[in-house]
Amino acid sequence: MRKLQLKELYERFRDPATIKALAKLIEKEARSLEEPLNIMEVCGGHTHTIMKYGLKQLLPDSIRFVHGPGCPVCIMPKERIDHAYILSKEEGVILATLGDMIKVPGSRGSLQKARREGADIRFVYSPLDVLKIARENPDKKVIFFAIGFETTTPMSAALLEHAIKEGLENLLLHVNHVTVPEVMQELIDSRDEHIDSYNNKIDAFIGPSHVSVIAGAKIYRRFPQRYGRPVVVSGFEPVDVMEGVLMLVRQFVEGRCELEIQYRRSVTMEGNTSAQKMIDRYFCKRELFKWRGLGNIPHSALRLRDEYARYDAERVYADILPLEEIEDHKLCICGDILRGMAEPTECMVFGTACKPSNPLGSCMVSSEGACAAYYKYGDLIGG
Amino acid sequence: MCLSIPSKVVSIDREKVTAVVDTMGVKREVGIDFIEHEVKLGDYVLIHIGFAMNIIGEEEALASIETYREILELMSEEERQRAITESESCNGG
Ligand code: SF4
Repeated sequence: MRKLQLKELYERFRDPATIKALAKLIEKEARSLEEPLNIMEVCGGHTHTIMKYGLKQLLPDSIRFVHGPGCPVCIMPKERIDHAYILSKEEGVILATLGDMIKVPGSRGSLQKARREGADIRFVYSPLDVLKIARENPDKKVIFFAIGFETTTPMSAALLEHAIKEGLENLLLHVNHVTVPEVMQELIDSRDEHIDSYNNKIDAFIGPSHVSVIAGAKIYRRFPQRYGRPVVVSGFEPVDVMEGVLMLVRQFVEGRCELEIQYRRSVTMEGNTSAQKMIDRYFCKRELFKWRGLGNIPHSALRLRDEYARYDAERVYADILPLEEIEDHKLCICGDILRGMAEPTECMVFGTACKPSNPLGSCMVSSEGACAAYYKYGDLIGG
Repeated sequence: MCLSIPSKVVSIDREKVTAVVDTMGVKREVGIDFIEHEVKLGDYVLIHIGFAMNIIGEEEALASIETYREILELMSEEERQRAITESESCNGG
């Protein structure tokens, strides 16, 4: 309840008059577009904003949103959730994680289930809380199941740095950090191959501001330069998203193809260099990482550097963590949704066999997942 | 989503690379690893999952704090603490 009330506070930053005025401007500018404009909002947070405020309905038909794969919970393959599940059941292990991770079903069940079965699983708001758990439980191994895009990666690195400084030997990380530009690149590459067979295509991107607060807007340079796709880095409030759309429309109308920042308040081209250095100190790129529904994507995730292998739960517990790939539920089309090729309502079991209370796929679990957003704000869909 | 209410820095521990911040009356320890060299006592910062991410101007900070004050004042200390932390909760997306 309280959480809802706090959310209501944000309404003041969400002035309907400003949103409408922006919608009008977009409509006016969009009349000069020669073709419809397909904009992928990469991040699940943006999908949530678009659905919640019915932004889709405010825009002319020539502007289409294609929902992207930027939900770290949704793209976590079952085998990695199984890792968390298996680790949590190990004797003397405490497993800690952030966010909605705890609800996502792997092939053996969710972490929630493991907890009911007696595993010691802690939900934390901050990686720093894990430090406290490790201090208070010197006889246990405390494993942080680290998830998220560039937004949470430096904090996982800082957690390790703090632990090493303090001499905490019982803290380990299971690293599942993924990176935004590589998955965007994959979406473009895979689309260009079969461009005719898809209804949707991606003409432009809206990039998430929080990723660029850390990594800088510079991570998107290749998209306008090499792939002819403009990018606007935008904030999460509806006004931010609308302004981002307007900036993209203007680029097309004026024949520009650029990287621009809508959220100038805290996003720069360079980003937070201390955070970037912290990431580099402890992490390096994985050759390949399997994304749920998208398959293997080169260099799209991070792992701990070899120097820190003793803190790497994947290596320390290698003998009990299976590597075989696990198929998703046959009816689930999360993969197509994450690629922006299908909408949740096209899934046969959407809202019937698959609901937030009983999710078949990961897109229904996280509040940032497209299926969950469509389910929650479904009455706004249509028209 | 990962939004946050501005917090004021009330003490700094350079050795531990942490600071105590006050978020509308709720005090807690946060990491300052990413703004270590710039941060000073009395600065307003935005917290992201337990770490201060950027320093913001006082005027802007006070304006946005004002927006939150009314409703938070109606809450008990414990509720306020939870609401503040939850407003910053994040999956990293
Ligand atoms: S509704 Fe459920 S089963 Fe269908 S795509 Fe979404 S998550 Fe998968």
